Amino acid sequence: MEVNFWIFLLLSVLKVAVVTVILLTGVAYTVLLERKVVGRIQNRWGPSRVGPFGLLQPLADGIKLFLKEDLMPAGVYKPLYIAAPIIALSCALMSISMVPFGANIHYHGVDLFQISDINIGLLVILGITSIGVYGIALAGWSSNSKYSLLGALRATAQMISYELALGLSLVGVILLSQSFRLRDIVNLQARHGMLSWNVFGGFQFVAFFIYLTAAFAETNRTPFDLPEAESELTAGYHTEYSSMKFAMFFMAEYANMITVGCVATLLFLGGWTSPFGHLFPANLGGVAGVALLPIFWFVAKVFCFLFLFIWVRGTLPRFRYDQLMGFGWKYLMPLAIANILATSLWLAFHAA
Amino acid sequence: MHLVLFFIFGGLCIAGALNLLFQRHPINAALSLIVVMSSLAVLYLLLGAEFLAAAQVIVYSGAIMVLFTFVIMLLNAGSEERTHGSKAAYAVGIPGAAALFAALTYIFLSNSKALSATKLGDYIVTTSDLSKVLFRDLLLPFEVTSVLILVAILGAVALARKEH
Repeated sequence: MEVNFWIFLLLSVLKVAVVTVILLTGVAYTVLLERKVVGRIQNRWGPSRVGPFGLLQPLADGIKLFLKEDLMPAGVYKPLYIAAPIIALSCALMSISMVPFGANIHYHGVDLFQISDINIGLLVILGITSIGVYGIALAGWSSNSKYSLLGALRATAQMISYELALGLSLVGVILLSQSFRLRDIVNLQARHGMLSWNVFGGFQFVAFFIYLTAAFAETNRTPFDLPEAESELTAGYHTEYSSMKFAMFFMAEYANMITVGCVATLLFLGGWTSPFGHLFPANLGGVAGVALLPIFWFVAKVFCFLFLFIWVRGTLPRFRYDQLMGFGWKYLMPLAIANILATSLWLAFHAA
Repeated sequence: MHLVLFFIFGGLCIAGALNLLFQRHPINAALSLIVVMSSLAVLYLLLGAEFLAAAQVIVYSGAIMVLFTFVIMLLNAGSEERTHGSKAAYAVGIPGAAALFAALTYIFLSNSKALSATKLGDYIVTTSDLSKVLFRDLLLPFEVTSVLILVAILGAVALARKEH
């Protein structure tokens, strides 16, 4: 009993540390991926000097950001100015703890591929993301600068508006799986490979489109990056931030991108399950294969989402503000409600 | 374990509520209100109401309080100025608050037998249990409440519309 408890504690702490380190490394390399891909889209090389193919560029960026002078502008409201990037980053890092990365494998009672498996996992992710807005809002307000304030106001309004569409688009999936638990939602999609994924077999492609669009807005990415529109607002809410505090906002944005990609993978693309279903034998590659193959599929799917995010950034121009609000409220919201109605009617007919 | 958590978050809740009253700057007051709302969510969770806790965070600390801070930021409200306040507030307010506190304490203590069914623990009221009560047993009150909120929204739109 005693020994088991300590093993449990040690493994849990180790798990949290490993996931955090992998997430932060993932964030660093997503930035590199973005610079590379956007570079190729714009017909240039992107970073290529540090290390082979520029692979050590994130390290150089990190050192640069650490060693830069941390300026504290005059007239800022100090407690909130310091707290804002911490709120933004910690909320972004916290939401990953609900995400299951691989099959349900236990070792000494510890779930190896998920930090915490709880009944309302999806709701907790939504709750943490909705708290994350404060980081941006308070950053803009406490900076005591017009550009920051305007950026923060835009970000807040945009995130509240699109949170509704985002939440409503998930209701269809929840109706299908009848659970908020992320593992249940994935298990439902595991039966026939790609054919039983919610986006195809569950007929949730409308919800998928709404979720994706709202996720672009929630993470402040192009075409919805009005909070940091550099041609109008210098840099938006983080104009007055420098050095590590700026880096924290930057990391929060990319960590949110990864989380949103993870959630989309879990809800619509079958999570860690293979797209080929049971075409291949389940025990391919022995114990290591059973444990690692799901992780490979999960990472591959999330990578596709990250690539899509970057691709869209390199392709689409920015929305105008009234277009942004009109699109969210007049188009996505009714569409999400129609999707809920259609899904519940379909389920009701099937049950009857 | 549950009791320790209860005391931590109950204390945080009360501290946040007091801070809300004592802070002079509206944005600090709004932030203390967020602390109150979030610690209430933890208290709900301790009572086994998982959906209510999540909804509390998403709706109250996530959406409504964001709107509060949004309005404070938009109006750029400054610090309040200290006034002497009205004499009526001193004359009626303090005895009134004391009377209310005494009455509530009396009611809770005298009915403690009926109330003691609630206890902290590991049990969970699942979302489907909650929805069965809400959408089957209490359907009419639920729908009436939503119509009431709809009317309130329409009223707000009518008030905010510019005169033509």
